[in-house]
Amino acid sequence: MPQYLALTYTADVDWFSPEQASELAEYRQFAVDNAECLRASAVLHPTSTATVVRVEGARGGNVVTTDGPYAETKEALTGYYLLEAADLDEAVAISAQLPAAWAGAVEVRPVIASR
Amino acid sequence: MHGTAHDAVAVTVRVEGARILATLIRTVGDVQIAEDAVQEAILAALGAWPVTGVPPQPRAWLTLTARRKAIDIIRRERARLGKERDGLRMIELAKSDLPPDDVVHDDLLRLIFICCHPALAPPTRVALALRTLCGLSPAQIAGVLLTTEAATTKRLTRARQKIAAAHIPYRVPAEAELADRLPAVCGVIHSLFTAGHAPVDGRAAYDVDACAEAVRLADLLHDLLPDQPMPAAVLALLLLTEARRPARLDEHGDVVTLDQQDRGRWDAAAIARGIALLNDSLRRSYGQADAYQLQAAIAAEHGRAASYANTDWTEILRLYDLLVSIAPSDAAGLGRVVAATEAADPATGLAMLAELPPSPRWHAVRAELLARVGRYADAALALAESLDGPATQPERQHRERRREAFLELSLPSAPYERES
Repeated sequence: MPQYLALTYTADVDWFSPEQASELAEYRQFAVDNAECLRASAVLHPTSTATVVRVEGARGGNVVTTDGPYAETKEALTGYYLLEAADLDEAVAISAQLPAAWAGAVEVRPVIASR
Repeated sequence: MHGTAHDAVAVTVRVEGARILATLIRTVGDVQIAEDAVQEAILAALGAWPVTGVPPQPRAWLTLTARRKAIDIIRRERARLGKERDGLRMIELAKSDLPPDDVVHDDLLRLIFICCHPALAPPTRVALALRTLCGLSPAQIAGVLLTTEAATTKRLTRARQKIAAAHIPYRVPAEAELADRLPAVCGVIHSLFTAGHAPVDGRAAYDVDACAEAVRLADLLHDLLPDQPMPAAVLALLLLTEARRPARLDEHGDVVTLDQQDRGRWDAAAIARGIALLNDSLRRSYGQADAYQLQAAIAAEHGRAASYANTDWTEILRLYDLLVSIAPSDAAGLGRVVAATEAADPATGLAMLAELPPSPRWHAVRAELLARVGRYADAALALAESLDGPATQPERQHRERRREAFLELSLPSAPYERES
């Protein structure tokens, strides 16, 4: 069965803040409703907690870290769901139930099957 | 090789090609392999038939040749990748009977819906439809879409990769999904027709008649889904518009505007069929007209009118009002201006025009309205502005001629005074 990674892009929120409680509950409900096809999932801390890592030159070079996200955009990567679906139509139908689909956007990417 | 004989063979294989491809994609489960196999079979036919003559059953010949080519390709792939055998596919391909019509019917629908899948970008859908459903080459598609062959090839390759990697399904949408999926299919056919009917720029330099291809696709879609109102409306719109094509240019290739057209050159049979299809479509949608039905209804009003003067402009204006309210576009807005001018007066039209964004077409319409109220100098200026933008060669020449005529009329002295 093909796998897809559904990436949620929404406002860069702190999921633990009380204002997010009801929306977080909706994501939890999504996970319960679609438990059968979910292989992994996570919601992420806000991008203010992100660290970008680069190694200078080639492998073994200096490790350089920068504070903050890789790209500053209005909508940030806030979570992901690894799901199994028969085809893209099914993956889209599942992803359309994610609150991010109406509060932002969900990017659905096919995962390369491991052989 | 004789030109026309070759053309006849080319048309046969192109039409049969889509049918055969549709079934082959399902059998081999891979768009690319199926397309390559059909392409190789078509090349074989184009090489052999002009010499041997077209076989008595060209469809059977092409189907079996394409299957053999598919087996060859799969064997080559297997050897290259060291993949294990997949026997079922091979057994299916080794069969020598033709698929029954109802199977081909569903396969063609699958092919249409995969080409027009909403997960593909609109220009990609058009390119895929031209490639797989119309059998055009990337160079021909580039000509229709005013892009390069390299860009078209890249677009098609990416589309096939996405179909395979993302598992875009090869299936006919369920009855309940059709309402969501049909607009994309109809949009592909309509934009293909528009590309042929009203090219933005340049001469019609390509050897493909995009309008004829669009009509063929609309016919096919309506044939496959006869109970759906939208494909019927699209076919009606295309037929009603296409019916007037023979009168749009005169024998010198010059533009003839609607008021001057020889209505005897309109295709009366196409108009009659278009009107019947429109009525059928409207009945099936319970009077809730969509944009295609409204545009077809406008075209039907023109098709019905015995002359420009006898046109029911009040009804056309009403239809444009509805069209602009549900699907506003620059073209619809300008059509509404013309209808209002004819139904009321040029001042009404000019007032409406002031609300719309200027474009080359906008300036050209404005010029005609200004001339109607005797402002010839302003009309000539408006045409000069419209000639600043892109337009087809015949359209440019038409506007040049109109500009010269308006300049002449704007001169203060009467013609007989200038003769002395």
